[in-house]
Amino acid sequence: MTDSMQTDSVDPGRTLLAVDDLRTTFSIPAGDVKAVRGVSFSLDRGRTLGIVGESGSGKTVLARSIMRLNIGSNVTTTGTATFAGRDVLSLSMSEMQEQWGMEMAMVFQDPVTSLNPLVRVGRQVTEHLRSHLGVSRAEAHKTAVSLLNEVRIPEPEARLKAFPHELSGGMRQRICIAIALACEPTLLFADEPTTALDVTVQHQILNLLGREQRDRDMAMVLVTHDLGVVAGRTDDTLVMYAGKVVEQSPTTSLFASMRHPYSEALLRSLPRTSHASHTRLAAITGRPPDLIDPPSGCAFSPRCPYVQDRCRDEVPPLTTGGSGDDPDHAFACFTPVGSPEGAEAFARNVSDGLPQAVAVDLPTGDQMSAPLPTGNERIV
Amino acid sequence: MAAGTGSRMSFFTRICAGWLIVIVLGAIFADLIPGLKDPNYQGFLFGDGATNERPSWNHLMGTDNNSRDILARIVYGARVSLVVSMTAVVMGSVFGGFFGALVGFVRGKTDATIMAAVDVILAFPGLVLLLTVVTLLGRRDLMVIAAVVGFLSIPPYTRVARATALAVSRREFVMAARAIGTRKRTILFREIIPNCLPTLMAFALVNAAVIILLEGALAFLGLSVEPPTASWGNMVNAARVDLTINVWPAIWPSLALVFTVYSLNNVGDHLRRSKAVRSAAL
Repeated sequence: MTDSMQTDSVDPGRTLLAVDDLRTTFSIPAGDVKAVRGVSFSLDRGRTLGIVGESGSGKTVLARSIMRLNIGSNVTTTGTATFAGRDVLSLSMSEMQEQWGMEMAMVFQDPVTSLNPLVRVGRQVTEHLRSHLGVSRAEAHKTAVSLLNEVRIPEPEARLKAFPHELSGGMRQRICIAIALACEPTLLFADEPTTALDVTVQHQILNLLGREQRDRDMAMVLVTHDLGVVAGRTDDTLVMYAGKVVEQSPTTSLFASMRHPYSEALLRSLPRTSHASHTRLAAITGRPPDLIDPPSGCAFSPRCPYVQDRCRDEVPPLTTGGSGDDPDHAFACFTPVGSPEGAEAFARNVSDGLPQAVAVDLPTGDQMSAPLPTGNERIV
Repeated sequence: MAAGTGSRMSFFTRICAGWLIVIVLGAIFADLIPGLKDPNYQGFLFGDGATNERPSWNHLMGTDNNSRDILARIVYGARVSLVVSMTAVVMGSVFGGFFGALVGFVRGKTDATIMAAVDVILAFPGLVLLLTVVTLLGRRDLMVIAAVVGFLSIPPYTRVARATALAVSRREFVMAARAIGTRKRTILFREIIPNCLPTLMAFALVNAAVIILLEGALAFLGLSVEPPTASWGNMVNAARVDLTINVWPAIWPSLALVFTVYSLNNVGDHLRRSKAVRSAAL
């Protein structure tokens, strides 16, 4: 219980988690897979952060690195992740034991696989309540019932007696959320919590997570590949590509003006309800980069419609735009979207017949004309 | 449990299960069965029987070449087969299952050490070990045979459990358990071992049949329990010399062996299938 005092001392609005230059590498026979290549961000208590990127961009590995859940002798993580004043990356495993569940918890991608199939739901909810908080069986049961009520599961008493396979996917994810929330963590990682669920349930689960986050004044990291999920649901957004942050911004400012070509491409690949049903889905040409031997320069350069020679040699630093831009809006690009340099590079690439530029094939400066999800639009 | 919740038993599987129940009950309550003869009573010595009698109302399966009642010897012989195979299954799944699940989960040095020991035992010829132990102890009673066969069956269970535990440890619910701060011990007993059990159970049923056959083979070689204690294997062995005169003393125990082994496999399959309903729902 002393540990929960430790984070309770972090007032809402004060920095809870500060990650600095985090790098995670997996050594495999083919070489070193650099899954996370120097990520820094900070998260205040009671705020939400969305981490967006396609498969293999390192977002899940980043979350698991902070949670210290990457096991195996071939994983190395460097950098610091200061959580409530302590660097969790340098804690021993037994010290981490006190953090897990009590201070930081995680909701996983697939509720079908993240519950033990052979143990009744009730036991899975109550067990760690009892071991962490040392409460009696009856008390733990009572807490479990109220938790299930809170995550909107009808007939909690009956559901507690069920095995995971007797529940639907959405119901199971609610159980997983209840388990993660049971010991009232101050930081919750939600690792693609809705990827395995169908859209209507996605919406409910995201709303549930949002409500719990607000009610409990938790900090939440929402990892997703779907920009539509973070729109209107997170305070800040981190766009990751090839293990690096390419754009980092308050969410509203990000959707108001996307600066990095990758963020723009991600947004363009989202289907919109306002589009005609026969509209072709825009794909990002090319393939995610090889993380063993990432491209020199900007990792997105081989797929970028705005690419210029400089991008292939130099790694663009994460900087804010010029005057008039949101000072909290940072991006790593020499030819950002909406800048004269970007427009010029794009025009040159189209006339040179560069495939990724031709594929986008929208008149310069017109890429953002399609209706975008505003901060409040629900994409269902 | 699984038989009740899973798919319905076919008529044939019911017969197999029935046979197993009869064998087990018969072996346990052999002394109480009314009319069952003394398995070691040699009638011809006392003038009320002959050797190699054909089946009759008095001796339902006839008598062997020592004029002992074959039915009684089969019932009592089942004790040997069942005790040896049960000991092997219990020792194998308890010790082998635990060590296997443990090392499959924790890996590292513990894994290397225990698996090296297991490999040594596996590499050691079982018959030689059995002979050595029997010679050293100077006796061949049921306890000794069961203990040695039981010890020898630990390594295969360890391997099966370890392989399963390796796979289970990578499942997401184990990581989810870690992420809420579950202690390693609890993860081992609550997450890893229960999820290894279905595999171990399926293996145990097949293994039980294999051990019954193994005991039969040992008895046939004269390495199992000492005569006159009946065992299916040594009955076949004893009948061998008079095979041209009377085949029945060899046929009855062989049939008992075949039915039992087949029933174990059939019921084992059924259990696995009804378990499969559950694992498919995962």
